[in-house]
Amino acid sequence: MVNSTITWITFRALFGRRRALLFALPALVLVVLTLGLKSAHGTTADWPAILLGEAGIGAVVPLTALLVGTSVLGSEIDDNSVLHLLATPVSRRSVIISKTAVSAAVTAVFAAVPVLLAGLIAAGPHALAFGCFLGAILGSIVYSCLFVLISAAVQHPIAYALAYVALWEGLISNLVSGAKFLSVEQWSLGIAHAVSHNPNLNSHLTLTPSLVLAVIAALASVVYATERLSAFTLRAD
Amino acid sequence: MTTVEQTAAANDAAETGGTVVEFDHVTHWYGNVVAVNEISMSLGPGVTGLLGPNGAGKSTILHLLAGFLSPSRGEVTIGGESPWRNPPIFHKVGLVPERDSIYAFLTARVFVTASAKLHELPDPKAAAERALDLVEMNEAADRPISTYSKGMRQRAKVAAALVHDPQVLLLDEPFNGMDPRQRMHMMDLLREQGRNGRTILFSSHILEEVEKLADTVQVVVAGRLAASGDYRTIRRLMTNRPHVFMLRSTDDRALAQVLISSPAVQGVSLTKEGLEVHAGDHGTFTRELAKVSRAAGIGLREVIPSDESLESVFAYLVGA
Repeated sequence: MVNSTITWITFRALFGRRRALLFALPALVLVVLTLGLKSAHGTTADWPAILLGEAGIGAVVPLTALLVGTSVLGSEIDDNSVLHLLATPVSRRSVIISKTAVSAAVTAVFAAVPVLLAGLIAAGPHALAFGCFLGAILGSIVYSCLFVLISAAVQHPIAYALAYVALWEGLISNLVSGAKFLSVEQWSLGIAHAVSHNPNLNSHLTLTPSLVLAVIAALASVVYATERLSAFTLRAD
Repeated sequence: MTTVEQTAAANDAAETGGTVVEFDHVTHWYGNVVAVNEISMSLGPGVTGLLGPNGAGKSTILHLLAGFLSPSRGEVTIGGESPWRNPPIFHKVGLVPERDSIYAFLTARVFVTASAKLHELPDPKAAAERALDLVEMNEAADRPISTYSKGMRQRAKVAAALVHDPQVLLLDEPFNGMDPRQRMHMMDLLREQGRNGRTILFSSHILEEVEKLADTVQVVVAGRLAASGDYRTIRRLMTNRPHVFMLRSTDDRALAQVLISSPAVQGVSLTKEGLEVHAGDHGTFTRELAKVSRAAGIGLREVIPSDESLESVFAYLVGA
């Protein structure tokens, strides 16, 4: 399923671009913010949960996944270097799964690990830190699936991915109660809450629906992305 | 528009069952724009040149063959299989895209080895060495591709496309950016591959490239197959077309009188810019012009062939 040659080339391509420097930026802001709040002894007693939930799972994870997920495939489609992968007998599903795996792994390193680090700084080795870490891992995987799908489906994937994060995850899922069932952030918070039982995490879903919906979304994204890549067309200049 | 049909080596191969690549009344639209219009052709082993001006539809034909476009109408097959949504076709097809997009951070050796692995070859390293050797890239193969000239990048792409020893090789403008020596070597390589029984199809807008390399030519103009067959026949058609020259002399009117009596000249007209001459035979006219003008005591100031562009040659072919 995962093609080691494609994952290796994708890693090399990902870190060969200047954009890679941006991957660490959201994490850096989170850690600096955590250190600042810690040294100021927090403004409210529940600041670690608010910080990890809102800033960590709600902002750092989707933004990092956006940067990484749209780079692993979208950049190669933009400059046509993807042709060197597609002009081979490797199945399109294998290409999508390999790209998604790289995106999820890199997002986990640049977003989920910093969430864990911020959690440890803010609350020490507490269930909150580990819960948010697991939630961020889930978020890294599902967001990667979504952003790879967007890259395979449309031109200018960054614009669409940004609109999705800002409008759907940031606005609609917070305003429309039913939309919470279709929010990656809520699925991640559902995991974090199930582990930490922290009421300040703003989670509206329990463990089971969070996991089931996340798995369905990830699988559907991979299937549709495979379909779109199978119909990849090249327009003559 | 009349299509000039000529018997070609590849078409002979088709009739005798040697067809590898087949276009059957293929049309492709980009929205409202017809990129390829009702093209039918059969290609067998050997080198075929896809000749046409820029924007004629050459790349569209190659993309249809590589499965990166689906025909809006008609059928494209390689070895009896449709390439559309069929990645396993790349076990027998190699593609050298025109665009210079390549993993520039890799060395050519790593790039070609990766291609061999993606083609699931049993010994990717050995296959990569063989392919690099074919394109004479061994010495520079450990340098990052980003340091290569355009011609070297092109050779790296060809090595990656040849690494699995494909039955069909598709090349989109393969000589772009190559210096004369590299061009010569690439031509020898493709000729050799064609002789070894591979079906090679390359596109070019440069007549001389096609003439030097291809056994068979498919001329595409405005999305249609304008001529198809042996290049010598097509070349003769091109050579024998009326040629238009714009002349300026010390006495244009007197020169017109002299030239009209020449059998090589079909027509003469006086214009503001000078004397426009339609010559039926390019070679005879250019040889006679200097002689007759000197004999008539007329000094030639300017001789400009005004329809030498490839587009005008193609336009003539389309009307033929």
